[in-house]
Amino acid sequence: MLRPTLFSLTLMLTTASALAQTPPPADPAPATPRETIEGELSQDRTVIAIPALATPQVATVAGLRTDSLGRQIAEVIAADLERSGLYAPLGPGSVRAIEMGEVRAPRFADWQARNAENVVHGFVQASGTGGFVVGCYLYDTQLGSELVRQGFEIQPADWRRAAHKCADAIYSRLSGEAPFFDSRVAYIAESGPKGNRIKRLAIMDSDGGNHRFITNGQALAISPRFSPDYKKIVYVSYLNDRVRVFIYDIASGSQKLVTESGNATFAPRWSPDGRQILFSMAVGGNTDIYRVSADGGTPVRLTNAPGIDVGGSFSPDGRKIVFESDRSGSQQIYTMNIDGSDQRRISFGGGRYATPEWSPRGDLIAFTRIGGGEFRVGVMTPSGGGVRLLTNSWQDEAPTWSPNGRVIQFFRTSPGRDGKSSLWQVDLTGVNLRRLPTPQDGSDPSWGPVLP
Amino acid sequence: MTIRKTTAMIAAITMLSVGACAKKAPDTLPPAPEGTGTDTGTGTDTGVVPGSQADFIANISSDRIFFDYDQYNVDAEDQATLRSQAQWLQRNPAVRVTLEGHADERGTRDYNIALGERRANAAKNYLASLGVDPNRIQVISYGKERPAAIGSNEEAWAQNRRAVTVVIGR
Repeated sequence: MLRPTLFSLTLMLTTASALAQTPPPADPAPATPRETIEGELSQDRTVIAIPALATPQVATVAGLRTDSLGRQIAEVIAADLERSGLYAPLGPGSVRAIEMGEVRAPRFADWQARNAENVVHGFVQASGTGGFVVGCYLYDTQLGSELVRQGFEIQPADWRRAAHKCADAIYSRLSGEAPFFDSRVAYIAESGPKGNRIKRLAIMDSDGGNHRFITNGQALAISPRFSPDYKKIVYVSYLNDRVRVFIYDIASGSQKLVTESGNATFAPRWSPDGRQILFSMAVGGNTDIYRVSADGGTPVRLTNAPGIDVGGSFSPDGRKIVFESDRSGSQQIYTMNIDGSDQRRISFGGGRYATPEWSPRGDLIAFTRIGGGEFRVGVMTPSGGGVRLLTNSWQDEAPTWSPNGRVIQFFRTSPGRDGKSSLWQVDLTGVNLRRLPTPQDGSDPSWGPVLP
Repeated sequence: MTIRKTTAMIAAITMLSVGACAKKAPDTLPPAPEGTGTDTGTGTDTGVVPGSQADFIANISSDRIFFDYDQYNVDAEDQATLRSQAQWLQRNPAVRVTLEGHADERGTRDYNIALGERRANAAKNYLASLGVDPNRIQVISYGKERPAAIGSNEEAWAQNRRAVTVVIGR
């Protein structure tokens, strides 16, 4: 659990600041591998200095030393801000360490000399209850003013979350956008030859940290979606050579069918409140979209066109669904009310449009456009206007939105006999394009909401 | 839908068009299984168990039919293939089969599962129209998950847009 501790923070800092200087931190364990950056980033990104977080007293809790943790947290903050594409962080590897006394009294002239417009200071302290207290401050070096002050009490296993929460507070304060770093991603880890891929359900933090495999790969797994509370994953498993939607409970490791049917069920999606699930079902070769309570019950059929109606994504207010259909002769994007009424086509440009995903902000729909032998990821408004393609590669498929609707993850497949898939992310400018670090190949990413 | 409507005409067309030019068969077919023969023998004298997958392969023209890009219609060539399968299935009435539907890599994942369902059902419906009990045929779509050819070119894609009949036992 991550508990904000704003009140105790002030107290602790006053007592702690009198303490002696801390020894330099030990070499930290490397964080997640660095992403590959493809885009040409702006030259005038805001420079933010992020020295290692200080510690009032070096202590070891659950094998983690407060001083090395201070450096690792600073590295994760720097990596998050770098990944946003808006900032040029100077991480703990390129700026001097700070002493505890500087946390609330930064030497602004030092950071101005490094051309840093902002500086992040903080501390890590053993909490006395088996965890840590992490303080996080953002300052404007020109004005000499404090812009952010946050404190968290964390369990040792959650230390990365403190870093993401701190980065989120900084990002939100400086950009005016909603936070998104402290969130998680479910995806499919891939290995093995192209003709017989092993596909496993896996989960990780939005930056690739805390990676965990969920299924063992014996049954082909595809198209996962995290439940909004992160407790469950709905996905398709080929268990027992059938195509069926299961809900996997992460805590218990058990799974159950979403609906009992002799027919193939696939392409599952949660409603924003987590109470309902959309899925597609093929009956005699004809696929339609259904909605069912996440607790079971009788599914409601929402489409009945003779073509393929598949996929779907709820609007953030839970009142509409965007889906794809080939009823016009090729894959196109449609919207409808959640009872299936008022079905209308919204994509009209050249080519085919597939895998629509409604932004959590409600203002855009992301899609895969198929044309000219390529898949590209793009966005349009909910009425189908303002089509913009954000990527340009052989196959970029299946966009999923960051919780704040500013960044899109997708998977990119390379052609040929050794063709592989990997996870990527791009912001709405299309410029800040990066590959996400995963231990194996990856596909079908599904980004969840910001953690509470 | 369309498949069912045209079933009556199909038998007649098949008679006329067997041996017509193969407009979309891949240039390179997958390697023939061990012990393949095109005769109509049961294969018992070669050690092949009657009613087995090996027996099936040995006594039909092909275990698979192929489709055009994003299509699922069963054309004349496919009908001839399925006719040979139906004849074997009628000689082995206790055998059940799975019809696997597959798509090439040029479609998105979920859509390709739906497309594979269409293809497998088109083949199933045609076998049923030839008198094979549809309860003997189970259908599964693999979408683009299990390509037979792993290249990214027209020749590979043509091999992957397929419906494959697999013996699963009695």
